Amino acid sequence: MGKRTPLYEEHLALGGRMVDFGGWDMPVQYPAGILAEHEAVRQRAGLFDVSHMGEIDLHGERVLQFADELVTNDCQKLAENQVLYSPMCYEHGGVVDDLLVYRLEPGHVLLVVNASNTDKDVAWVMEQRQRLYPDVQAEDISAKTAEMALQGPKAQEILQSLTSFDLNRIAFFWVQPDIEIAGRKALWVSRTGYTGEDGFEIYVRPEDAVHVWREILRAGEPYGILPCGLGARDSLRFEACLPLYGQELDQDHTPLQSGLKYWVRLEKEHFIGLGPLKEEQESGGPKRRLVGFKLAERGIARHGYPITSPSGEEIGVVTSGMLSPTLGEAIGLGFVPAEYAQVGTRIAVSVRGRAIPAEVIKRPFYRRSGK
Amino acid sequence: MKTPSELRYTEDHEWLRPEGKSGRVGITDFAQDQLGDVVFVELPEVGRAVKQGEAFGVVESVKSVSDVFAPITGKVVAVNQALVDSPELVNQDPYGQGWIVEIEIANDGEVQALLDAQAYGALQEGGH
Repeated sequence: MGKRTPLYEEHLALGGRMVDFGGWDMPVQYPAGILAEHEAVRQRAGLFDVSHMGEIDLHGERVLQFADELVTNDCQKLAENQVLYSPMCYEHGGVVDDLLVYRLEPGHVLLVVNASNTDKDVAWVMEQRQRLYPDVQAEDISAKTAEMALQGPKAQEILQSLTSFDLNRIAFFWVQPDIEIAGRKALWVSRTGYTGEDGFEIYVRPEDAVHVWREILRAGEPYGILPCGLGARDSLRFEACLPLYGQELDQDHTPLQSGLKYWVRLEKEHFIGLGPLKEEQESGGPKRRLVGFKLAERGIARHGYPITSPSGEEIGVVTSGMLSPTLGEAIGLGFVPAEYAQVGTRIAVSVRGRAIPAEVIKRPFYRRSGK
Repeated sequence: MKTPSELRYTEDHEWLRPEGKSGRVGITDFAQDQLGDVVFVELPEVGRAVKQGEAFGVVESVKSVSDVFAPITGKVVAVNQALVDSPELVNQDPYGQGWIVEIEIANDGEVQALLDAQAYGALQEGGH
């Protein structure tokens, strides 16, 4: 039996199909199915249980400097209640994880990390703290926080009906602590997500999770909200080209190779992994790069399938791929040598031994309108 | 889950509808439900000879890829072209419009040895 979130019984009651995900029993889908859940988030709203995500609380006078040392993006420029996305690297430049950094009140930073990496990340953060910033306190508060993500164009209207706090005051990648949602005090509400849509991530105490979950679904009913599982979470993040650790990101690839240059601030004085990343960038850029591609014939490129040159020479590997529910096209992401990374370059994907022609296309595959 | 009594079944969740010298083949209601939304079906060539237990096609859902195994030995005499543009028929009507191939029966003994609806139903209840 895997670990259970405070919403486990809700998933069973809603008919969720439970699967193991990084040691957690999580719903991959509900009876509506992945395509219907995906569509609900693109058109209306969907609610995800993401309580399995890890939360690491950092306290101390030098907490911002410590966070800045851990991640490649620039934490020092964060205002109070601002959030940033960043890779976190090893000394050699490979990726430990990608995460959100929340700058909260003075002396307080929250790191939100991937569920399947939480133990590894906590150990890594503790080790660096001991080595570099022993005056900073770090605590794994994952078990003390439940989290849900309300995503989609109707997310704000739905959440607004449950709070007196004006949600317009929470801008994209900002957070508000201590606001009341459905009569319960939420720890933090941020305008963030992993779907490519507008929406919120809502952190509550575990004992409040069921109430808030039910109230959001109830308030969302007139809008056509659906509870959504990990299947739709994956297809939504894929279309928006948000990387998934273990597929687009891992310790064997640098964030530059994974296409995250914008989130790597090489002009920073120091962070763990800066040397190798700077060297990679200054010596002509990454020799392997993550690209998006589209298949020219029927078939679906899946994680792990070989990418070849048009003449059949193996040159890379598919990291994620599917038939895009929104676009109706067979698209994918994968690593190839830099000389194949230009948009328009012809490549091929080997699908069960058959070479399917493909073309490198622009990322992201999907961008919501009005942004 | 529906398990029509006139069909024969495999432990791998395919069904066979014997009609004279041939039989249509598809995946069961249980199988389509487990897979979730089917988005792609890879069909074999008409005329291909298949052996019992051989993978002859592929059904892909949003998240997964599953082989389809031949319930009997024989020659593929027809494939369901409607699945090329409407793979969701496998979900909507697994025993009807969602059929995948028609196989010419080479050996009646193989057909007789397949599971009947009761035995297949018992298998599902066993937690497969």
